[in-house]
Amino acid sequence: MSLPVVLLESVSRTFEGTQPVHALRSVDLAIYEGEYVAVTGPSGSGKSTLLNVLGLLDEPTSGSYLLDGVDVRAAVDSERTALRGRKIGFVFQAFHLLRHRTVIENVMTALLYNGFPRKERRTAAQTALARVGMGHRMEQTPDTLSGGERQRVAIARAIVAEPSLLLADEPTGNLDTKTSESVLEAFDDLRRDGLTLIVVTHDATVGAHAERQVEMLDGILTELETST
Amino acid sequence: MSNPKPRFAVRDLVAEAVTSMLARPGRTILTILGTVLGIGAIVATLGIAKTAGNQIVTRFDPLIATSVTVSNRSEFGFFGPQPNVNLLPWDAQERLERLNGVVAAGTLTNVDTAGSLTRSVPLRDPLARNEFALNVVAASPGTLEVFVAELKTGRFFDEGHSDRADPVALIGRSAAQRLNIDRVDHQPAIFIGEHPFIVVGIIDDLAKEPRLLDAVIIPNGTARKLFGLNGIDEVHIRAELGAAQLIAEQAPIALNPNEPGRLRVQAPADPTSVISGVEEDVDALFLVLGGVSLLIGAIGIANVTLVSVLERVGEIGLRRSLGAARRHIAYQFLIESAGMGFIGGVVGASVGVLVVVGVAASRTWTPVLEPWVPLAAPALGTVVGLLAGLYPSLRAARLEPVDALRAGM
Ligand SMILES: Nc1ncnc2c1ncn2[C@@H]1O[C@H](COP(=O)(O)OP(=O)(O)O)[C@@H](O)[C@H]1O
Ligand SMILES: [Mg+2]
Repeated sequence: MSLPVVLLESVSRTFEGTQPVHALRSVDLAIYEGEYVAVTGPSGSGKSTLLNVLGLLDEPTSGSYLLDGVDVRAAVDSERTALRGRKIGFVFQAFHLLRHRTVIENVMTALLYNGFPRKERRTAAQTALARVGMGHRMEQTPDTLSGGERQRVAIARAIVAEPSLLLADEPTGNLDTKTSESVLEAFDDLRRDGLTLIVVTHDATVGAHAERQVEMLDGILTELETST
Repeated sequence: MSNPKPRFAVRDLVAEAVTSMLARPGRTILTILGTVLGIGAIVATLGIAKTAGNQIVTRFDPLIATSVTVSNRSEFGFFGPQPNVNLLPWDAQERLERLNGVVAAGTLTNVDTAGSLTRSVPLRDPLARNEFALNVVAASPGTLEVFVAELKTGRFFDEGHSDRADPVALIGRSAAQRLNIDRVDHQPAIFIGEHPFIVVGIIDDLAKEPRLLDAVIIPNGTARKLFGLNGIDEVHIRAELGAAQLIAEQAPIALNPNEPGRLRVQAPADPTSVISGVEEDVDALFLVLGGVSLLIGAIGIANVTLVSVLERVGEIGLRRSLGAARRHIAYQFLIESAGMGFIGGVVGASVGVLVVVGVAASRTWTPVLEPWVPLAAPALGTVVGLLAGLYPSLRAARLEPVDALRAGM
């Protein structure tokens, strides 16, 4: 088998304070290219913390993390930032779209910091938007879009730089069941194209879209048996 | 790890900053207002000071700037007019003409005629009004040269007239009118009291001492003999341009080597110091005002940039998640604040130039402005913006991505 995209070995993350919080307790996790993994679990169980560690937004207190075979714990802050820009795409619950920019401008911001050739940015953004079915709304501002459309724009932004890993934290948390569907279909399409996806959710129907499910409980990660 | 840091693209950062500014034009305009006022005030100040200074140069009268007057200090002493103790020598003109830098010199003394009136006809006619209380002054030949007297007709008297105490007189244009004299070729006579004088010339105009136009001017020697003149009131000197200060020092010594300190010297202020003095006064006051408004402008930019950073915490988190390094975040906000400062500088310079032109136009002055002033203004604005943006930018850069993302958009 090929090298895993993500390899966590006994990763812990403890938030210091008067009452230290053990958000991750010795997590082991290997995710291979093309996998679609759902992380479920109750609120406060450490799902976001796990995603932040995977996305190089946060550093584990202990343990090792190889991303595409690269030991990111040995990298300094600026190197992790650069890796994040090139290898990871994020989708947030609150979309995080720039209100005063058009849809296509929002997507192109993902190409600003990773050395993507300036001339190819617009075409790349158009392609990414087309992939999530948003090719017809490129010059509008996010305010004019529905929640599901906004999240699909955010997905286009997350994939435009062709990352190794797409991380989504509660991507349907702000959406109703109907609009959630379009977002989940977009993920399904990306999965079919071979993208590696990790989606955090506390919604079982969302989790059901993934072929592999892991559950977080009080900082401990457990692999769930899935019926596919 | 090979090439972990993608090349930092200034152009992208500038584009991002400009887009951010344009996204909220109203706010950007309000933000730069303080800088506009500050820069505008400074440019206007420098321009108006320069324009006013130039005006002083234009108005600067070379005649005044070259005039030196030495007078008898004891003339008006503590107990009122003092008897003339003759501190000024009769040959004052010759002594001064020997000094380097003196163009012309002469004496001027009021002659006490004991109330004698002047008339142009030999007989007193009690019915016709033909007697006038004209000022009679004694002068040396050089005096009229000092005052740049122009003759309507005739000629000046000379040293010979004075030496021989000839009864000759020059009369001013107004005096001539009153005495009904307009020609001198037939040697008209006038009478001061009972003393007859031959009018040798009529003065048409004087650049200085216009009161002489209504006076009768006689040679010193004549005044001594006929009216018992016993001293000289004033010595007038015209110096070469720039030599007035030097002559003012030398003249009293030349005139009275024993007691130069008892002479009163009037000399023009150093012209260059007058101009720069005016400029400095105006400059200092308004530059302080401009500086204060600029400081307020800087605080305005700092404040808005800080608010903007706090409002855009979510955006900062997003950009960090997209691979923006801390310095990218810092640069973006710095470029935004510097850009606002730059625009403030450009607009402020335009406003300042308009103010200078407006003020100059209202006084029919020629607007003058150092060319570097409007060019330096945008640079100054940029520096102000940079300084103002420093703290907010560093705060933005210090934000942890995870915390920033939690803020939402
Ligand atoms: N920055 C932080 N400082 C302190 N505690 C934190 C911080 N971030 C998360 N936590 C705590 O860690 C635990 C896991 O949080 P999180 O990963 O956000 O849970 P989830 O996403 O599953 O709801 C929670 O108890 C939370 O309060
Ligand atoms: Mg969470």
